[in-house]
Amino acid sequence: MIVYLLKRLAVLLASVAAAGVAVFAFMAVLPGDPAEIALGVNATPEAVAELRARFGTDRPPVTQFLDWFGGLAHGDFGTSYVTSSPIGPQIADRLGVTVVLVLGGMVVALLVAVPAGTFAAVHHRDPLGAAISAASQVGIAIPAFLAGILLVFVFAVKAQALPSGGYVPIADDPAEWLRSLLLPWLSLGLVQGAVLTRYVRSAVLDVMREDYLRTARAKGRGRMGALWRHGLRNASIPVVTVLGLQLATLLIGAVVVERVFVIPGLGDLLLNGVAGRDLLLVQGVVMVLVAAVLLINFVVDVCYAVLDPRLRGAR
Amino acid sequence: MRRIGIWIALGGLLLGTAACGGGSGGRSGGTAAKESLSVGFVAEPANLDFTSTEGAAIPQALLVNVYEGLVKLDQDGKIQPLLAEKWDVSPDRRTYTFTLRKNVTFTSGAPFTADDVVFSLGRVRTDWKLKIKTQLDVIDKVDKKDDTTAVVTLKRPSNGFLYALATRLGAMFSRTGVADLANKPVGTGPYQLGVWKRGDSIRLDANPKYWGTKPAVSAVTLKYFKDATAMNNALLTGGIDVISSVQAPESLQQFADPNRFTTVEGTTNGEVVLSMNNGRPPFDDKKARQAVRYAIDHKALLDTAWAGRGKLIGSMVPPTDPWYEDRTGDYPYDPAKAKELLGGKTYTVKMRIPNLPYAVASAQVVKSQLAQVGITADIEPLEFPARWLDVVFKQGDYDMSIINHVEPRDMGIFADKSYYFRYDNPEFGKLLASADEGSEQQQSDDLKQAAKLLSDDAAADWLFLFPNLIVARKGVTGLPQNAIAESFDFTGLAKQ
Repeated sequence: MIVYLLKRLAVLLASVAAAGVAVFAFMAVLPGDPAEIALGVNATPEAVAELRARFGTDRPPVTQFLDWFGGLAHGDFGTSYVTSSPIGPQIADRLGVTVVLVLGGMVVALLVAVPAGTFAAVHHRDPLGAAISAASQVGIAIPAFLAGILLVFVFAVKAQALPSGGYVPIADDPAEWLRSLLLPWLSLGLVQGAVLTRYVRSAVLDVMREDYLRTARAKGRGRMGALWRHGLRNASIPVVTVLGLQLATLLIGAVVVERVFVIPGLGDLLLNGVAGRDLLLVQGVVMVLVAAVLLINFVVDVCYAVLDPRLRGAR
Repeated sequence: MRRIGIWIALGGLLLGTAACGGGSGGRSGGTAAKESLSVGFVAEPANLDFTSTEGAAIPQALLVNVYEGLVKLDQDGKIQPLLAEKWDVSPDRRTYTFTLRKNVTFTSGAPFTADDVVFSLGRVRTDWKLKIKTQLDVIDKVDKKDDTTAVVTLKRPSNGFLYALATRLGAMFSRTGVADLANKPVGTGPYQLGVWKRGDSIRLDANPKYWGTKPAVSAVTLKYFKDATAMNNALLTGGIDVISSVQAPESLQQFADPNRFTTVEGTTNGEVVLSMNNGRPPFDDKKARQAVRYAIDHKALLDTAWAGRGKLIGSMVPPTDPWYEDRTGDYPYDPAKAKELLGGKTYTVKMRIPNLPYAVASAQVVKSQLAQVGITADIEPLEFPARWLDVVFKQGDYDMSIINHVEPRDMGIFADKSYYFRYDNPEFGKLLASADEGSEQQQSDDLKQAAKLLSDDAAADWLFLFPNLIVARKGVTGLPQNAIAESFDFTGLAKQ
């Protein structure tokens, strides 16, 4: 178990380092000079040169990279070109919002997918089970931002029941915080829930065909009882895998959903950074996102080991 | 026990992401104001320092509201006193003596005196980073006569000087308040910076020590929306009180109910210019440029691309400038004449436009109208600002482009032959110089002639004047009808 974890951890760290090089290289080839964009149509050559020197973008790329990555290693993300303030606190601030958004979306997805998927599997020969499968297909086809726009139209513009956008920090007003996040959670969660439903359904179906479940039924357990005691844990392994992958998708979906709902999260920060060519900020945000995805994968690997003791000895 | 195992595993998965989430950030908030209004904007300031960072969003939020100048521009484009009670101009029109208001303090508590005038105007030359600072190059020296009298001496008479003082260039800074301009503005205005939630909003709170009439609204929140639909929805659902600038005129019909909403339509300084590269074929040939002007049916274009909102102008002068003349008659829609000018030749040109709604909508119409006379325009949208600035503005690698030139009194950009129009007519530069030095009458005459010259030369084509479209919740009053100053003036706002 320990060796397995250490191996996974080594892979994690190597991936983060490789990602750092890749992210920096992509930013370096992106057209557009941060100093020229900051000054816009008002740029004079002298002012551009001075600003380049202040940003440090006039130095050789290797120096810039080492400076940036060295800073990252002890938690210093550098100073934003555009806002002239440290990047680390900005990211931490926005990340809190995005994490709440993504986790809430995940919870909605699970609340939809686990009951719906299990029901669809158990009743896979009934019209109702087929109907759930069909509905989930439709859900997969809808992008999260479209779901968001539709939800806003129905619940905010027409029914005037929920705010159409904006974000209220929980410290200001917990009730408003909840109200401002309900629609974003739903738009992320319903679509992901539809995807997840398919996986839950097929995982439960597979498990239902296993011998041990038939044995459990033969011992006198009911269909649901046998599934609950012996089936769900086995069915959860493929679902957890997908869940890990889905979290990455949710993070990306959050970038767009934040824009639809005017939520000041990481995605919003990233898009602004790209538009203003705030390279250090973009690099910082992308690194955090990459690290988050890698970390999720790492946690998924650990979850396998917890869920399935057979895997612990295997590697 | 086994069941618990599953939940621990799932919990671990969720916690794993939360752990790297870090702090949730301490945003403070809670409006204490009795009367507050929120206004939706599109572009959020990158930072609050308009002395070194370009972008209309900064003066839009801060000028007149937080920072005040000696003078300000009113809704008719006339210059009115602000921190200067009055000013005297010497007979040779080179010396301006400003009498300052007494008992004015900065929000930091420091008094505003003639020393701050010397300091602020001096800083323009020494510390400002933007090219617009050259508008004040005409200043020879600034002196303090006594605490409430400042004397500005010019190198030569200049009509543009006082006007420039009404822009961000004339903003008065405190000698002790410029340490962190990007985050902590210190001005004398009726509002001061309350809370800035980056990526979301800026709240301006009434300045309790303001020298003048205190504003009726004690807190104004500027809310920023990247998405026009989100901003419209916010007004529909009561999330904001005002849309400062409607992004797509088609969306106005949502706000047609007069019992709920008020629409204000006025003018701006924004000339939507169809630029043609005067520096390379085919548009180095005046006839080809004239052909383009004849080939475009401006009325049809405005109706199709911008729902008929806006005004046709025909040259680089908005109707609020004193020397405005309607120049739309210079090149009436005449495709036959356009073909004649082209002499039967056909051209294929690169139309590199910014990926902005008005440019994309207009480009489609221009393309189809030019096709009628034998010019094929290949539309290439470029990411704005980064790519457009680099390719079109800086390198001048384009044949045609479309952009809204929003700066006030910006006809002078045509006098700079390195500007991306690559327009080069020394006669035009002479007219502008003589206008700036001459009497007010001379200025008006010269600028009228300059605008006519631009139009005759077909230095570019002017598609339309960008409209100022504001929608507000019914009961909100004091909205500026014309957006002709750099600031969005909140000082007159009230809510019934």
